[in-house]
Amino acid sequence: MRMNIHLKNRVACVGAGMTLFRRRLYETSDELMWLAAKQALEDAGLTIKDIDCVVYGTAPDNFDGIHMQSEALADGGGALNKPYTRVYVGGGTGVFSAIAGWWHVASGLCRRVLVIAEEKMSHVQPHPQYVFHHIFDPVTEKPLGVNLIWIFALEMHRYMYKYNIKKEDIALVSVKNKRNALDHPAAQLGMKITVEDVLNSEVLVWPVQRLDISPISDGAVALVFTDEENAKQLTDEPIWIEGVGWNLDTMYWTNRDLAFPTYLYYAGKMAYKMAGIHNPRKEIDFAEVYDPFDYKELHHMEGLQLARKGEAPILTREGVTERDGDLPINPSGGLLGVGNPIAAAGLMKVAEVYWQLKGQAGKRQVKKDVVTGLAQAWGDLMQVGTVIIMRR
Amino acid sequence: MKPENPPGTPYKRNDLEEGRVLYTEDSLELWYRWSLGKYLSKYLEGLKEGRILGRYCKACGRIYVPPREVCQYCFRETDEWVEVGDTGRVNTAVVSYIQADRSRMDKPLIIAVIELEGASKGMGILHRLGEVDPEDVINRKIFGKKVKAVWKPPEERTGSVNDILYFKPVEEV
Repeated sequence: MRMNIHLKNRVACVGAGMTLFRRRLYETSDELMWLAAKQALEDAGLTIKDIDCVVYGTAPDNFDGIHMQSEALADGGGALNKPYTRVYVGGGTGVFSAIAGWWHVASGLCRRVLVIAEEKMSHVQPHPQYVFHHIFDPVTEKPLGVNLIWIFALEMHRYMYKYNIKKEDIALVSVKNKRNALDHPAAQLGMKITVEDVLNSEVLVWPVQRLDISPISDGAVALVFTDEENAKQLTDEPIWIEGVGWNLDTMYWTNRDLAFPTYLYYAGKMAYKMAGIHNPRKEIDFAEVYDPFDYKELHHMEGLQLARKGEAPILTREGVTERDGDLPINPSGGLLGVGNPIAAAGLMKVAEVYWQLKGQAGKRQVKKDVVTGLAQAWGDLMQVGTVIIMRR
Repeated sequence: MKPENPPGTPYKRNDLEEGRVLYTEDSLELWYRWSLGKYLSKYLEGLKEGRILGRYCKACGRIYVPPREVCQYCFRETDEWVEVGDTGRVNTAVVSYIQADRSRMDKPLIIAVIELEGASKGMGILHRLGEVDPEDVINRKIFGKKVKAVWKPPEERTGSVNDILYFKPVEEV
């Protein structure tokens, strides 16, 4: 192992489970937690009695409308009379909950941790989008009637301007991810579409159109992490968590470089250093990068140094990021295809890295032999990057 | 193939309306009064007077808009008030067809990040553009162009970012 920090325990992922991702699920939030947790525990060959602590991730409380979300759902998460922690960094929460699970074990505090991320957005009427109106500054931004899509459109357009990127090339990401999702049993929006379909879809905030954007979703995902000794008792093929990184940029987002995700550059550097990775483009075999919008997959590939600045659209056009390409990106189908129950979508990416490294992804399995995979999420006011690197 | 048989029971909107899925409803009505502190108060007072104010950090030389107490790079108090111009350049711009609740707008609105002249490079603010053809936003001709604030008449200003109606181009697009 080539870690560059002192850790008490090496940490392995030994089980994963998830619910369907759908626009509306009948089950309550804690029922979704239970369904995902049960599947992850069964996958690991453990019961809740074997679990020392529970880590829970969800995005804004406003989706459930209960302002003590963590406590309200503890029973469904199996947290009764256990150390229980909620972590929250907006859209970055899914991967961050895995990072928090990792530090519980890496520090020696717990041997086995259940990590659950859940989101149920369908409660909010008339449209969950309105929840995001309340993440902005009430003095300088909310009076302008700001919505979340504005800031992404502003960033996307700046990125297109700086590197002279065509919408056609960005749309290829949506086409790829929705097609990949056809092979994901939990996916909400697996479909065969063309670049033309994306370009002809409803314009929301130019340059963002309906098919550039991930859907509203309900869903939950759970993982089980253990220390090295326990992992080797449970399985011959533990998947090791070898690097984690997270980083926060300023909340004055209009003061930032909108063409390059600096927060992710630093989060990636932290994770690469820990995992002993010097050349990410060569040493990362595949990645699940955060793709709530199609341009964001490209932006994040560049922030993670998986592509040079402005190069990600070219790699995409050349097929490098396809499942049978040299650097598969989002073989799961990502948020654009599998769906975007916010925190759960981030943890779904970590689960996909686990399944790919185990060789259990079936029809989604990437063609090349993979040893090292990366999952990443992004959130808060476009300002946080969360990264996890896993190896078999 | 994993995940194997992911559980969950999807339903559709009309399952609620037609009584096949039971639900309960409630709304959260919360009302807030945010005290503004020294720096945003002065910023809004400035807007009321038709001036855009920033804060200067002597240590790194940055001029911040909106003004703030702490230079987040130096992590020290900013030093002086600076009036920046009400002109700037378009960093990025978009055409919005939807409101915050996702409903369609009656007519599209142009939104931009504007880097104000007199503030440090990259210190943009969010605002509207007016007197601009949406086509010039879509083809990105508006990017980098000089714009100037169009203010509400003084008697209508309330001390709000909306005291500026919009920014308009002052050079050919």
